[in-house]
Amino acid sequence: MTLSKILRNTFLVITACLVLSACATKKVTVSDLGGQIQGDVYVGSDTVEYLASGVPDRVFFATNESILTTRSRDTLRKQATWLRENSDVNVVVEGHADERGTREYNLALGERRANAAKDYLMTYGVSANRISVISYGKERPVDSGSNPLAWSKNRRSVTVKAN
Amino acid sequence: MNLLRILTILLLIQFKAYALIEVDITRGNLSPLPIAVSALFSDNDSHAKFEKILKQKDLGSEISIIIENNLKQTGLFNPLDKDAFLQNSEIAHLKPRFEDWALIKSQALITGKVEMVDEKLRVEFRLWDVLAAKEMLALAFTTVPTNWRRVGHIITDKVYERLTGEKGYFDTRIIYVSEEGPKTKRVKKLAIMDQDGFNLKYLTLGNELVLTPRFNPTNQMVTYLSYFRNLPRVYLLDIETGMQEVVGDFPGMTFAPRFSPDGKKIIMSFATGGNSDIYTMDLENRVVERITNHPSIDTSPSFSPNGKYICFNSDRSGYQQIYVMRSDGSDVKRITFGNGLYGTPVWSPRGDLIAFTKLHKGRFYIGVMRMDGSGERLLTENFYQEAPSWSPNGRVLIFYRETKTDEKGEGFSAKLWSIDLTGYNERQVPTKTDASDPSWSSLLSN
Repeated sequence: MTLSKILRNTFLVITACLVLSACATKKVTVSDLGGQIQGDVYVGSDTVEYLASGVPDRVFFATNESILTTRSRDTLRKQATWLRENSDVNVVVEGHADERGTREYNLALGERRANAAKDYLMTYGVSANRISVISYGKERPVDSGSNPLAWSKNRRSVTVKAN
Repeated sequence: MNLLRILTILLLIQFKAYALIEVDITRGNLSPLPIAVSALFSDNDSHAKFEKILKQKDLGSEISIIIENNLKQTGLFNPLDKDAFLQNSEIAHLKPRFEDWALIKSQALITGKVEMVDEKLRVEFRLWDVLAAKEMLALAFTTVPTNWRRVGHIITDKVYERLTGEKGYFDTRIIYVSEEGPKTKRVKKLAIMDQDGFNLKYLTLGNELVLTPRFNPTNQMVTYLSYFRNLPRVYLLDIETGMQEVVGDFPGMTFAPRFSPDGKKIIMSFATGGNSDIYTMDLENRVVERITNHPSIDTSPSFSPNGKYICFNSDRSGYQQIYVMRSDGSDVKRITFGNGLYGTPVWSPRGDLIAFTKLHKGRFYIGVMRMDGSGERLLTENFYQEAPSWSPNGRVLIFYRETKTDEKGEGFSAKLWSIDLTGYNERQVPTKTDASDPSWSSLLSN
């Protein structure tokens, strides 16, 4: 069990590296989106809210993926630090998908994304019983647009205070 | 041997002698059959009673309009304008003057009579072959007056069956999710209506998110996903009593429910720790069985009509594809190898085809294929559409389609559409609000 988890995490890191290295070469082609998307992942701050000063509440994903990018892991480490300092706060991690997938698959994908974030928070010392997850699939978009930028903002997991 | 030959010849002669009009539903509607639907006749006494009980004096006319609309929606029939009819409905029902009906180019004729007998509606109708000058079908039945719209649907079912050789799908209902409000804050309610859009009823109030309602093929029970108390779980709902309950006791999200063909089990996905697998629950003894056990997403399961197989959707290959396995979870086979992603497989009630949604190069398709993945046929393409559900005779698919929003993020809509298995006769199914996730019931009467 632990071995498979380690393997999986290693796999995630390797894949993330691949994704990131791939997008380094692609940057030019997405310049028309004002640098808000890198390798299919939203990197802007339009919709982002904050759990506390300097602690963003959400991370973004590539299409059909639940891999955490370097940037996402950075955000989640900040959340973990803040949660360790505020041990009376419990959170719900909401997983979301964009509108370009079938409803049922997106529910599963949202759950997978929320758990990717939850697992990372746990790795950084937040106990499992303080984190619950819920998937909304594509049911709760933040951006109602039908374009790649809107979809990238909607592929997210959001950490919300539960109490 | 000789005897057999003679019999065959006799049969052929017989067949030829009775070769009345028939409608081929296996091809597109190149020339819809001209059909005259005469108003069902009622006497003045019955008119007065209809008026009193149903606030509807000319019930026979209303019923004939229901039949006309049903026939028209199939794309296979062309109901003729009543203004052109020469013979009155009472006489036509007793003995049609076929020359009069042939004159207006009608090939088939429906006549009937509806009256009040002992607080009940008594209905009789006949289907006539105009050119052969023959009666093809005659039936009578009684029902409660409030069922009067169903009378029109039942007659259409019988006529359709007689003329096409296949069961109809008119005395049926559609359950769906009614949608209102902005895209980022949709309010969703379960709604049910007759197949033709009438008798709309809301089954939930919109306080919680509800998704993917599906009919039990054997009765009027429904299973669906509700976010009641923010716990997404599969529920079971009795439409008649309004009673509902959570299906099973799972420590996480259950979703994508469907009934087994015998109506005794629910098959669904259970998601935990980032992994979704397929489970069944027996509704009688509450026994839960795990069907798939794989670290990928396994969802959208659907039984074959004989209950022996399950088709489902998995991303175990890296991307969403369709798989078929035995109903105990063994012998899993991937069946889609075409370009693109495949989802929402749903087995035809006839058993021969699986309908699906396909995403390829940013476009969404509804299509069908055989259970081994061969014979893929894409019926319709659009910006976004998914979730096909079969009519009970396996001839029509209903699904939902969403529109693209403009630069301001406005102009979103979700509507129900239907299309024939032939790929012809694509139509919007009118709903009062926006709508998604349709599920077609079995025939109510049978």
